[in-house]
Amino acid sequence: MEKDLNWREYIITRLIKFSGYSAVIFVSLIFFFLLKEGLPTLAEVPLGDLFDLRWYPIESYYGILPLITGSLLVTIGAGLIAVPFGIGTAIYLAEIAPRWVRNLLKPLVELLGGLPSVVLGFLGILILSPTLRVTLNLPTGLTALSGSLLLGGIAIPTVVSIAEDALDAVPKSYRDAALAIGATRWQTIWRVTLPAARSGVLTAVMLGVGRSIGETMTVMMVTGNAPVLATGLADLFSPVRTMTATIAAEMGEVANASTHYHVLFFIGMVLFLISMTVNVAASAVVFRQKKRAERVLS
Amino acid sequence: MNKILTKNRDLTQKLGFSLLTLMTLLTVIPIIGTVIYIIVQGAPAISWEFITGFPREGMREGGILPAIIGTFYLTLGTAVFSVPLGIAAAIYLSEYASENRLTRLIRLAIINLAGIPSVVYGLFGLGLFVLFLNFGTSILSASMTLSIMTLPVIISTTEEALRAVPQSFRTVSISLGGTRWQTIRRTVLPQALPGIITGVILGLERAAGETAPILFTGAAFFLPRLPHSPFDATMALPYHLFVISTQVPEMPIQIQYGTALVLLVFVLGMNVIATIIRSRARAKRQW
Amino acid sequence: MNKIVIENLTLQYSDGTESLHDISLDIVANATTVLFGPAGGGKSSLLRCLNRLNDLADVESVSGRIILDGENILDPNIDVIALRRKVGMVFARPVVLPFSIRGNLTYGLELAGEKRKSRHDEAIERSLKLAALWDEVHDRLDEPAIALSGGQQQRLCLARSLAQEPEVILLDEPTSGLDPISTAKVENALEELKKLYTVILVPHSVQQAARTSDFAAFFLQGKLIEYAPGTEIFTNPQNQRTEDYVTGRFG
Repeated sequence: MEKDLNWREYIITRLIKFSGYSAVIFVSLIFFFLLKEGLPTLAEVPLGDLFDLRWYPIESYYGILPLITGSLLVTIGAGLIAVPFGIGTAIYLAEIAPRWVRNLLKPLVELLGGLPSVVLGFLGILILSPTLRVTLNLPTGLTALSGSLLLGGIAIPTVVSIAEDALDAVPKSYRDAALAIGATRWQTIWRVTLPAARSGVLTAVMLGVGRSIGETMTVMMVTGNAPVLATGLADLFSPVRTMTATIAAEMGEVANASTHYHVLFFIGMVLFLISMTVNVAASAVVFRQKKRAERVLS
Repeated sequence: MNKILTKNRDLTQKLGFSLLTLMTLLTVIPIIGTVIYIIVQGAPAISWEFITGFPREGMREGGILPAIIGTFYLTLGTAVFSVPLGIAAAIYLSEYASENRLTRLIRLAIINLAGIPSVVYGLFGLGLFVLFLNFGTSILSASMTLSIMTLPVIISTTEEALRAVPQSFRTVSISLGGTRWQTIRRTVLPQALPGIITGVILGLERAAGETAPILFTGAAFFLPRLPHSPFDATMALPYHLFVISTQVPEMPIQIQYGTALVLLVFVLGMNVIATIIRSRARAKRQW
Repeated sequence: MNKIVIENLTLQYSDGTESLHDISLDIVANATTVLFGPAGGGKSSLLRCLNRLNDLADVESVSGRIILDGENILDPNIDVIALRRKVGMVFARPVVLPFSIRGNLTYGLELAGEKRKSRHDEAIERSLKLAALWDEVHDRLDEPAIALSGGQQQRLCLARSLAQEPEVILLDEPTSGLDPISTAKVENALEELKKLYTVILVPHSVQQAARTSDFAAFFLQGKLIEYAPGTEIFTNPQNQRTEDYVTGRFG
């Protein structure tokens, strides 16, 4: 029986350890497959053509610049919405709202994060775009702006959730100290609480914006998908096409191992590297692990 | 202190608070509005035939049963792969790993997995499962792709639930002659279970609502029958909503809203269940 | 007869907080040995060496030997699980596991693979009686253990370690959180226990040390200052520092 126990223990421990490494294995596998299918691009498409202004794969124009600027434009727009509203809401929930309001609203905001992006895209097509077209008098409502508004909404829950946690984690004694020397609550928020929570708030912003750059379905449905180079915020009012939407829209129709196929993987590789950069940077800001071993001293 | 100054400060505070309240309202109201709007618009479409019937007339009539069943299969398939793996990985991080370089690498990998765009998961699934392992465009390929995407959510919530179990329980169990695994299985896991279930549901909820990862790995535009095996492609609610709202001309609006509502109920239902489990367990907890 | 022989035990934690310096000590069977002294003196660390619970902590280095029944328990190759069944431990805070009273008592037996109900019932009754808790809980064994009072919980913890018939009982300030009546109950139980087991106690006060000890060891900053029968060390200490501590000049 003892032996039996040892064997089971040994096998289970091995399995658990192996599973522990799984995340590393999967990230490596993902990167490997993106490289494997994406790098042939560099042999098939001259670098100058790749960073050209024209994306028209049917005639072998693989310029990805319009896609990159499309992604950037939509993401910047989303950030302009998500950052102020996300942080504002986080401050309200953490510092101003009564406890019950916070306990009601925070799950509600996080619920928004759970809404499938395809549902938001769907509403974007049916409601947001027509509204924008009429009110702003545009030729079409399917524009970068529609994408930004919805992506902003998608990023807000991430920003609120993480930023609120960070604000909530600021020790009460900090606030008490500020209030005790005669600061108003408003001053306490701006001069004490927010600065104390800044690394968490920064992480919230990075992860929120990082999430918008990778969002696919919503932008594919509402941004009009025109691969035109965006040069400034004025382009918010015209259709654009993002990197993610390009992959999603075109991958289904390309022949395996064709140049077009390789280029789409190459774009995926770029997206992977962007998200990795954002996440490594974000975790570098907050990497503070408590020492784990607990020992009761005599 | 100067009276005017005090008045100014109070005014600033009042204005500031009002502004923040307004921002919160502008964040929250659209969320509630969206959910209510879809319920109101979609409810008339819901009927027995809609839930249990097959699509007819180029999907412009009939029901969405294959999409509902498909999403159910995909969610189940995702659970089969991601739940054991995710929980085991969380156990490793919480109970076995010491704070060293390797552990930091694992944590970084998990954070990275969580941030990879969903469409890139789709590419990966296409490259590895569909083509390299030759699973084809199938429930199997799609489920495995979704599993890897779900993994970080399950790992981090499970780890949090495990860490919340008091260290003293472990010490006592070890001191009574328990091995590490016995301690985990008999004491730590049962106590962490509600938290783990909540995390698992939240992870699967995300998988159920995703479209991009299954686009090229397992989703079918239209299937007149239910899938027979894990190697069949399948319809799925989110992809179906995408298809009927962008690819099918003259699609009756009611069917679109009805599909959106069913998807919403599926996903939010999971969310609500998770929330209930969490709050119940908190109320019952003995530590 | 010596149950445990400690030879030149030196222990260092990786964060450098608390350590033991060159401890040598013989612990007599069927008696109560008390380890006392000011906080941070190494008493708990020594206790945790005796059932290798220190394996869970960041121990930088440990040297010397601890011989239990002729076997060096610091040897990395010994069966630690068997050792911990043989050497039971009660902690300062009563930690009842989140099960029923019965579940707490049978936990160790189940870990060891003992599934027979008759054995469980036998162990429950015997251990609860030894811990002087039988009368209070025998008719509600299936209630959650957390519902017991603090004093009852601590005696349950004692009973829990007795349930698997250990040979040595380690107690780390077991009465520090208890009221005087509960404390008296635990002390009385210990008086009975030493007839069957070897008891090693870190007391929560000098008075308790004096009341309960057959032998007493005075620890100061990781060093063993004096070791003698309880009757001698508390009435006629040989070392000046022991005398200062026992008479309350520092503490």
